[in-house]
Amino acid sequence: MADAQTLKQLVLGRKDVQDLSDTEQEPPPDLMTVNMGPSHPAMHGTVRIVLTVDGEKIVKSDIHPGYLHRCFEKESEYATYTQVFPYTDRLNYVSPMINNCGWAMAVEKLMGLTGKLPKRVEYIRVIISEMSRMTDHLTCIGASAMELGAFTAFLYFLKSREWLYELLEKISGARLTHSYVRVGGVAKDLPADWDADLTHCLDKIVGVIDEVEVMLNNNKIFRDRMAGIGAMTRADAIASGCVGPIARACGVDYDVRRDHPYSVYPELEFDVPLGTTGDCYDRYLVRVEELKQCIRILRQCQKQIPDGPIMVDDPRCSLPPKTDTYNTIESMIRHFKHIMDGVRVPAGEGYAFVEGGNGELGFFVVADGTGRPYKAYCRSPSFVHLSTAGQLIHDHFIADVVPIFGMINMIGGECDK
Amino acid sequence: MSKKVLDALTAKFPSAIVRTATANGDEIAWIKRDDLLAVAKWLRDDPAMAFDAPVFCTCIDWLDWKPQHNNRPPPEWGSAWNETKPRFTVCYQLRSVAHKHRLRLEIELPENDPRCASLAELWPAFNWQERETFDMYGIKFENHPDLRRIYLYEEFVGYPLRKDYPKEKRQPLVRRDDLPINPIKAEHK
Amino acid sequence: MGVELSTTRLEDAAKWAKQGKLARIPEWGRKFSLFTYPFVTACCGMEFMSVAGPKYDLARFGAEFPRFSPRQSDLLMIVGTITEKQGPALKRVYDQMAEPKWVIAFGVCASTGGFYQNYHAMPGADQVIPVDVYIPGCPPRPEQVLDALIMLMDRIQDGRGHSQLRLKREQVIASGTEE
Repeated sequence: MADAQTLKQLVLGRKDVQDLSDTEQEPPPDLMTVNMGPSHPAMHGTVRIVLTVDGEKIVKSDIHPGYLHRCFEKESEYATYTQVFPYTDRLNYVSPMINNCGWAMAVEKLMGLTGKLPKRVEYIRVIISEMSRMTDHLTCIGASAMELGAFTAFLYFLKSREWLYELLEKISGARLTHSYVRVGGVAKDLPADWDADLTHCLDKIVGVIDEVEVMLNNNKIFRDRMAGIGAMTRADAIASGCVGPIARACGVDYDVRRDHPYSVYPELEFDVPLGTTGDCYDRYLVRVEELKQCIRILRQCQKQIPDGPIMVDDPRCSLPPKTDTYNTIESMIRHFKHIMDGVRVPAGEGYAFVEGGNGELGFFVVADGTGRPYKAYCRSPSFVHLSTAGQLIHDHFIADVVPIFGMINMIGGECDK
Repeated sequence: MSKKVLDALTAKFPSAIVRTATANGDEIAWIKRDDLLAVAKWLRDDPAMAFDAPVFCTCIDWLDWKPQHNNRPPPEWGSAWNETKPRFTVCYQLRSVAHKHRLRLEIELPENDPRCASLAELWPAFNWQERETFDMYGIKFENHPDLRRIYLYEEFVGYPLRKDYPKEKRQPLVRRDDLPINPIKAEHK
Repeated sequence: MGVELSTTRLEDAAKWAKQGKLARIPEWGRKFSLFTYPFVTACCGMEFMSVAGPKYDLARFGAEFPRFSPRQSDLLMIVGTITEKQGPALKRVYDQMAEPKWVIAFGVCASTGGFYQNYHAMPGADQVIPVDVYIPGCPPRPEQVLDALIMLMDRIQDGRGHSQLRLKREQVIASGTEE
């Protein structure tokens, strides 16, 4: 006690020590309300959390999403089925091709085209989906590592992401929001040298992943901040609707690509990594392992992809070839109707889902026979995961909100639609 | 997809089911509003059903529904195709982890009384999704622990995803002091 | 108001050449040491990360360190869509920044709303705060962002950012004379 007094005197100066009495050293007994966000470096995208804290421990939290609600559903009702593709790009904007593929699958399901697409289209869709999944995991792990202080990991992963962006730009024309997929196929074929480019890119990325694993996996600071934080039981994960890497880290063995296979995933070999405890460290490990599995899938696709058309041979959704469009009136009118009225989808409702970067990403479409959807609902995994974040951060410190949020990978566009 | 689930459901709750259908690879069951909670509880707890994973909850507003008949009307909708639809249909999609089957429950609600039982206690994921449906469509979920707007701010008036809300009607919270509210359009010279 | 607003870069350069050397130094210092506040909301955030990343390096322009507090920053980069719900937060952040401050609207959503014309996406961040440089693109290429930054730096050097002009107007009004 005496030592503390002399220390305080030395630090604060004699005059100030007399001002501060010892009873003022106790923290105030009331709970404090702290606001995180909506503009906050750790809130990827924009989310506001109102925390009620007891010292540093979180007692209650109230999460307010919706700061990026861009009305995907309302806009889709006024756009044709093909015009919805750019809106879907901006849902999960770190893995945009997967959203495109999901929307295309939903519309094709209602048209009865599932399983009838040319093999090359299916392979192209799988290739670009897996590349997008890689960009998603690279961004998620990189940004989370940066927020915990591991800036180098972020820069290494950003460098790898740039290589993938260059390749995606060669394929689709845009680095980030591609709108490459169309109903019944894809917009244009892969460029001539994509195979060599992809091999080169993947070889480099494998090296980068190894480097970052060496940096982070057994790093004491990283493990202390991630292990044991934000754990979720398997039953909770299922009842809360968690899917994707978060659920797999809790031990829920569910991967849409394997359990409800679509496209050419039945012909590809890949493993689904499972975690045990469901804490942030497990989620990180699951994501790194999924990166490696993506690379494995991509290498198989490179070998197995056949030649062929890139659009299904169905006049209901394919545009006629340009020579016909410019020379025959029937093709020109067909082209006109496709662009102006949209692909006419028979009336009905259907739900199609794909394995997005965050889990089961689905589109529930109600069609009314015209070229515009009557209702287009996006089942976004980030929204569901954000709703579990409230219970995950309970009884943790404020500083633990950062790794928990990072590993949930809440993408604002997908969460708020 | 097998029809086992729909058959078991019809056998257990014959009075609660309005109709069932298998459409576009999905199994759908239309449930009466008052029996929803009992049906949902059974679907979650019965070991043969074991629907423990919630998928989504949303609503369809049938106000502008004028389906084009240039393709055929969907046969699985049966006679419901030509009936006037009630204003809202709340849809719940469920999934079973153990048995890997899926089911969609649809509940039709009239325009003047859009109330529905809340399934938030059975599946916590529906807590936020029902809030979203309330925010966008105005469906009141009974016994929901915390029914308030989720995407939009409290000052927002109206339910935007209803078909009668104009898409571009903004309700801004802040504006710049020097921006005129109704800018005078420049005349073409 | 009496303060001219010249619009071509040639005129800017001519005016800059006429300024005395000492007068250029504060603006020169400001433009090469911008502390950005990246108000990241949406997909453009990915391109902002790329711009700040190793390939398209933002650090070589001096705008390296993001300061995640409006009190400590002078360049507000509005990256991504601004919604009506976000409007009050954006205004508060802008008001908390100290003068002189500059604003870049990064991406077409922040400039004019992009292809979102609905009840929640604001048609441009300039509904709420004055913007100095608009970067179109959905998302803009990193090279466009660097071009915009150089454009902003030219404006800063010439003293034509909105907040610099506001300060100058207030000075002119306070001194009671018109130039």
